[in-house]
Amino acid sequence: MARFKRHHALPGFGLTMGFTLCYLSLIVLIPLSTLLLRSAGLGWSGLWQTATSPRVLAAYKLTFGASVIAAGINGLFGFIVAWTLVRYRFPGKRFVDAMVDLPFALPTAVSGIALTAVYSANGWIGRHLDAIGIKAAFSPLGVTIALTFIGLPFVVRTLQPALEDLDMEVEEAASSLGANRIQTLQRVILPSVMPALLTGFTLAFARAIGEYGSVVFISGNMPMKTEIVPLLIVSKLEQYDYAGAAALGLSMLMISFVILLAINGIQWWSQRHRAGA
Amino acid sequence: MAGAASLHARATIVQPRAIAEPKLVRWTLIGTTLAFLSLFLFVPLAAVFYEALRKGLSAYLHSFTDPAALAAIKLTLLAAGIAVPVNLVFGLAASWAIAKFQFRGKHLLITLIDLPFAVSPVVSGMIYVLLYGANGYLGPWLIAHNVQIIFALPGIVLATVFVTFPFVAREVIPLMQSQGTQEEQAAMTLGASGWQTFWRVTLPGVKWAMLYGVILSNARAMGEFGAVSVVSGHIRGKTNTMPLHVEILYNEYNFVAAFAVASLLALLALATLGLKTLVEWRSAVALAQAEANPVVQEKAS
Repeated sequence: MARFKRHHALPGFGLTMGFTLCYLSLIVLIPLSTLLLRSAGLGWSGLWQTATSPRVLAAYKLTFGASVIAAGINGLFGFIVAWTLVRYRFPGKRFVDAMVDLPFALPTAVSGIALTAVYSANGWIGRHLDAIGIKAAFSPLGVTIALTFIGLPFVVRTLQPALEDLDMEVEEAASSLGANRIQTLQRVILPSVMPALLTGFTLAFARAIGEYGSVVFISGNMPMKTEIVPLLIVSKLEQYDYAGAAALGLSMLMISFVILLAINGIQWWSQRHRAGA
Repeated sequence: MAGAASLHARATIVQPRAIAEPKLVRWTLIGTTLAFLSLFLFVPLAAVFYEALRKGLSAYLHSFTDPAALAAIKLTLLAAGIAVPVNLVFGLAASWAIAKFQFRGKHLLITLIDLPFAVSPVVSGMIYVLLYGANGYLGPWLIAHNVQIIFALPGIVLATVFVTFPFVAREVIPLMQSQGTQEEQAAMTLGASGWQTFWRVTLPGVKWAMLYGVILSNARAMGEFGAVSVVSGHIRGKTNTMPLHVEILYNEYNFVAAFAVASLLALLALATLGLKTLVEWRSAVALAQAEANPVVQEKAS
């Protein structure tokens, strides 16, 4: 006991660590391992068949395509929003800043029906799009709109601290050396906030791939056309095709892991970049 | 999903004149920001209340007299009321173990705690169906012992616990790590017990981060749709939470009632954002006070 005390001045390591590991195993690790076990039941050929059926491939194409476009929109406009919030003053700024987190706080089902109401053919915005022949709701565009909404805070919130940390003396130096604002943006500002921008883009993309609630209302859920992967998982579960659902779930989990690794890679690269500079 | 929502105080930066953009550019950018946020945030939010009140206040209020709506509200409060405190206890225990002690595999443990954020909501619900469902691994045993988890309250609570798992831990761990162990060691030397040290020294130091985590996890717990949808079974008046009830009403073309329930959830989201901003502000004040007080600063450094 005396030896124990000398090594660990504070008590409670055994209790808190034991509880943490038990709880983590019961809630997260053991349930997640069922994905692996169930999919293994299909065998390699079964897994391949599930993953490459036309309906699944169409769902993957839509999910990835819409997610990349939505993350791209958020990358561009998120940069403008973050820049405006960090550098400029305008009335209602604090309110706007707080509202950026709305997609985190608003339940996805509410976002889903609200976006559908606004972007359907008789909605406030959808009406005008419909007039020029653009069908927003119940089309791949609708899926993209929902995924843009859901990923909106990620780019803004990862860029804000990076823009605040920018050393404005470097910008002033660029300006005194004759660079205009566009050149300064391209050569000075963008390179230094690029890791944050990439991280935000990746986070928005990761969130978009798994998103379900906000999409199912606006997409219309037509097989081969506007069906996303998470919806396909739900319909497989409803048909008691547990193995097929698990295989799709496992593939999504793998993709999440790859994305997590990519984010860690970006952060490692940016730290090395900074150390080298 | 690191960094997306964390306790972080923001300040406006004053741009020196040499690098300030022309007024026209500045207002174009501000206009673009407001237009983009209007298209995606403000207009949809306004639509929720507009659609809910479309047929007048009495139709709106009438939506809440439906017993199924009341049952959904009760179930949502119950599920969040169980999941949030359970994850709070876990978050504090995990933070204590991770922040106050050195051990191998710490980074792996933190990554595993963050894992539920990387999992699609649908998958989060499905794993419990695979484990406890009628055709799940433990299904036959549960049926033999007359225990129902899936399509019942326990399944809904489990799915809610999963999706809110990392919230408190990820806010408290970094703060506790930055605070170190010196204050706790001083308290122990002065004769405080482990519990006393935790309650009187550690907890007050992390209370804002803890509250922040609780606010965020409560919003997610009450609003979760995908994960709960998979395990709930959608039994009206029994296993429907508020978001699921919104879906059912909407699919029945009962738009006023659907948006009425949705408006409650939207108010919850607005309250969450308000509280969150308040806590960010309070914690910034607390931090400034700590920095202004040299004694505390000495201990912390």
